[in-house]
Amino acid sequence: MAATLNRIGLARDAYKGAATTMCAGCGHNSITNHLIKALYELGVEPQRLAKMSGIGCSSKTPAYFVEQAHGFNGVHGRMPALTTGAQLADRRLIMLGVSGDGDTVSIGLGQFSATADVGSVQKKGAVNTFQPIDPCAVALTLGCSFVARSFSGDGKQLVPLIKAAIAHRGMALLDVISPCVTFNDHDGSTKSYSWVKEHDEEIHDVSFIPFFEEIAVDYAPGTAVSVEMHDGSHLLLKKLGEEYDPTDRMQAMHLVEDSRAKGQLLTGLLYIDESSPDFATTEHIPAERPLRDLGEQELRLSRADFDTFMDEFA
Amino acid sequence: MSNVKVNELTFQAATVNGSGSQSANMVLTRAIFSMGIPVAPKNVFPSNIEGLPTWYQLRITPEGYMARKGDPDVLVALNPATWANDLKTVRPGGAVIHEEAYSTADARDDVTYYPVPFAKLAKTRIASDTLRKQLTNMLYVGLVGGLLGIPRDRLEHGVQRVFQTKPKAWQVNLDAVNVGYDFWEENFRDRPCGFRLEPVKGKVDGLVLVEGNQAAALGALMGGVTVAAWYPITPSSSLCENLIAYADRFRVDPKTGERLISVVQAEDELAALGMAIGAGWAGARAMTSTSGPGISLMAEFSGLAYYAEIPVVIFDIQRVGPSTGLPTRTMQGDVSFAYSLSHGDTRHLVLLPGNVEECYEFARTAFDLADRFQAPVFVLSDLDLGMNLWMTSKFKYPEADFDRGKVLSAEQIEKLQGDWGRYRDVDGDGITYRTLPGTEHPLAGYFTRGSGHDENARYTESAEAYARNMDRLARKLEGARSALPQPILDEPGSEVGLIAFGSTDAAIAEARAVLSESGMRTDYLRLRALPISKAVGEFVARHERVYVVEQNRDGQVYDLVRLELAPDQVGKLRSIRYYDGQPIPAEAITRPLMELEAVPA
Repeated sequence: MAATLNRIGLARDAYKGAATTMCAGCGHNSITNHLIKALYELGVEPQRLAKMSGIGCSSKTPAYFVEQAHGFNGVHGRMPALTTGAQLADRRLIMLGVSGDGDTVSIGLGQFSATADVGSVQKKGAVNTFQPIDPCAVALTLGCSFVARSFSGDGKQLVPLIKAAIAHRGMALLDVISPCVTFNDHDGSTKSYSWVKEHDEEIHDVSFIPFFEEIAVDYAPGTAVSVEMHDGSHLLLKKLGEEYDPTDRMQAMHLVEDSRAKGQLLTGLLYIDESSPDFATTEHIPAERPLRDLGEQELRLSRADFDTFMDEFA
Repeated sequence: MSNVKVNELTFQAATVNGSGSQSANMVLTRAIFSMGIPVAPKNVFPSNIEGLPTWYQLRITPEGYMARKGDPDVLVALNPATWANDLKTVRPGGAVIHEEAYSTADARDDVTYYPVPFAKLAKTRIASDTLRKQLTNMLYVGLVGGLLGIPRDRLEHGVQRVFQTKPKAWQVNLDAVNVGYDFWEENFRDRPCGFRLEPVKGKVDGLVLVEGNQAAALGALMGGVTVAAWYPITPSSSLCENLIAYADRFRVDPKTGERLISVVQAEDELAALGMAIGAGWAGARAMTSTSGPGISLMAEFSGLAYYAEIPVVIFDIQRVGPSTGLPTRTMQGDVSFAYSLSHGDTRHLVLLPGNVEECYEFARTAFDLADRFQAPVFVLSDLDLGMNLWMTSKFKYPEADFDRGKVLSAEQIEKLQGDWGRYRDVDGDGITYRTLPGTEHPLAGYFTRGSGHDENARYTESAEAYARNMDRLARKLEGARSALPQPILDEPGSEVGLIAFGSTDAAIAEARAVLSESGMRTDYLRLRALPISKAVGEFVARHERVYVVEQNRDGQVYDLVRLELAPDQVGKLRSIRYYDGQPIPAEAITRPLMELEAVPA
């Protein structure tokens, strides 16, 4: 039987990568599979994708999806810098950065991560006394225009969020909780599978309708929020509990802090601002011709300008 | 008066920084330069915004020497805090213009004093309350004009030149200049001075005054930089500031506002180099610019760019280290560090511009070399070269197109039927082929990593693959030896050779002339890049004694040259080092040379 092809004529296999070297049962493998599914279903051109990462377990995973795409495994904690530069060189690229506790926020092989909650117990028994860093809170503070949290075991939520993050114009931060089965899956950890499953509170039911599909889902009025994205895609957020407006940054910050105080792991789209321009736009670099393709004619001063300019130093 | 020295003096203004004295110094410099007289300005400034001592030295010689000369002949003393010391530095026979309130009770009697009531004049003769502090400095422009015989119209030219973009400032500044000039004429006309400036012809024809950082910014622009990521640090900041200013003018479409460059101030030096490397990886001509502590922070990323073979240009405008060091003083102290920046076996391509024209040329060609060798290229300037004005010929418009190096297109990959590997040494020169992300071919992609990799860019911990890769990188570097700017040789014929590089060149030129006058001829090799050209070893072989002159304590380039020599040649090499943070004067070369070369009695 022929494989099902996506809108650009590629089979799901075209989005696969090398065999994983993660531990058996690692949440990162689930995330990789969700990424493959999202990229395949969206019909992302492999050559348009650049997979970026730093150092650590999560940073190895870009080798495990979309083998055709260029990938970059850089230095510890500096994936965002490399990504920013590459995006400026060619703003048409879809920059997908994968970074984890072992990279952007911390380091370690069984040591505490900077995201560990106060009171969380290490495998060898030590108790964490330091306040955690919350990537979502940091992103909200720094003005990131797409902030979401999800769980590696929840493909139903994670896949549409990945799609939305890719469709988003500008920086999107997706904080995916991925329990470490080797070093952090014991009682007393606040990032074990069982803890995460028990404490996962979904803000809303997320579905993503790409620009190339008809909106076929119908919700009773008042039960769902629809966010129209810059490329014409739609993000449908079906209410599960209390009223939540993901375009309200103050509400998002409040929610993040509130859930932390309550010991909940809140997942879903925390914040989105589709009106915000991306970095290349604020830099006013050309939309169609990437900077990397410009040549002498466009980049050098003309002879006349050069001569005039030199004369000004006289 | 007899024995008046014409167009040969060192002027020094001792002022307080943040008071606007730099504008006054520039007016004087421009005025004198416009008389056809060669000028060599050196600004000695503190690491401070306002209130600490600063000195501006303007050296004037018939020969147009551009090195610093220690002590002044003409002093303007406007800083009570340094007055006593400043006075001590004046050469016998010198002239001292000073605030009359300063005590001359125990003053020297071998200089001529010109006491001026600066504060009183400023109060009574400068109308603007808000500008009084700045304009007080313009008073000494007029006084020095009178003292040295600078025509008033030249001073007017100087004012207009310095305030080129602010015509409204012309009159008020010129008025203050004239108050000073008038005061000199009314009070000191009959008090002779041993120095005079006279217009000359043929000395500075076609020359312009440019700072190295201006030259490098223009060079980068002409070299096609499209992504510059930086983090401000003295003395490199003006490079990217100039780049932004020039880009605003020459890289923006006035109709659409579209910019053909992105200059990003990153969160720190690590991110700055990271962004530049990311851009270089994706095919842009990318750069960063830093100094001192910044280059230390860039070590890890430099190793990544070396090992993963990513083009990027790194400007290091050297200042005095280690650590914070003397942030506003000059040194050639980063050479050996930059050359091997990173852990592990690492060797970089390093360019050593010796004058502002080379700051321009090397900044431009650094992008070609980075693309060609798929490697970081370091351009090592320094504070003296970067932040002082230097006389130079106008720069040349580049004739050659960009060299974008070995980049495979989708068509080429199709032709190869996808049979290519990112790190396969197809041509035997150690330089392999790369593709850029976005290349429209299913087999164009590869994985870039700073961890061990094989010829096909796959992760490996294979001992053989690692060693093969490191050997190839060494081969690539060997090839660069002859492709980088080769040394400049000047060999009139002597058994004594000098080797120097960078801003030391100015002092070498003067030292050689002085030595020549006293009967000692020297040959000279100016090193312009690392790894060291084979020509250096040949130069040493042709001479009996070779002195490496440099501005650092440890003789960094002396060490590097020694490593290149055959064992029987090593003994010929000697080291002359200067490292007090001030630009090296010729005397710091002639004195030790004469001592070391003197035949024992």
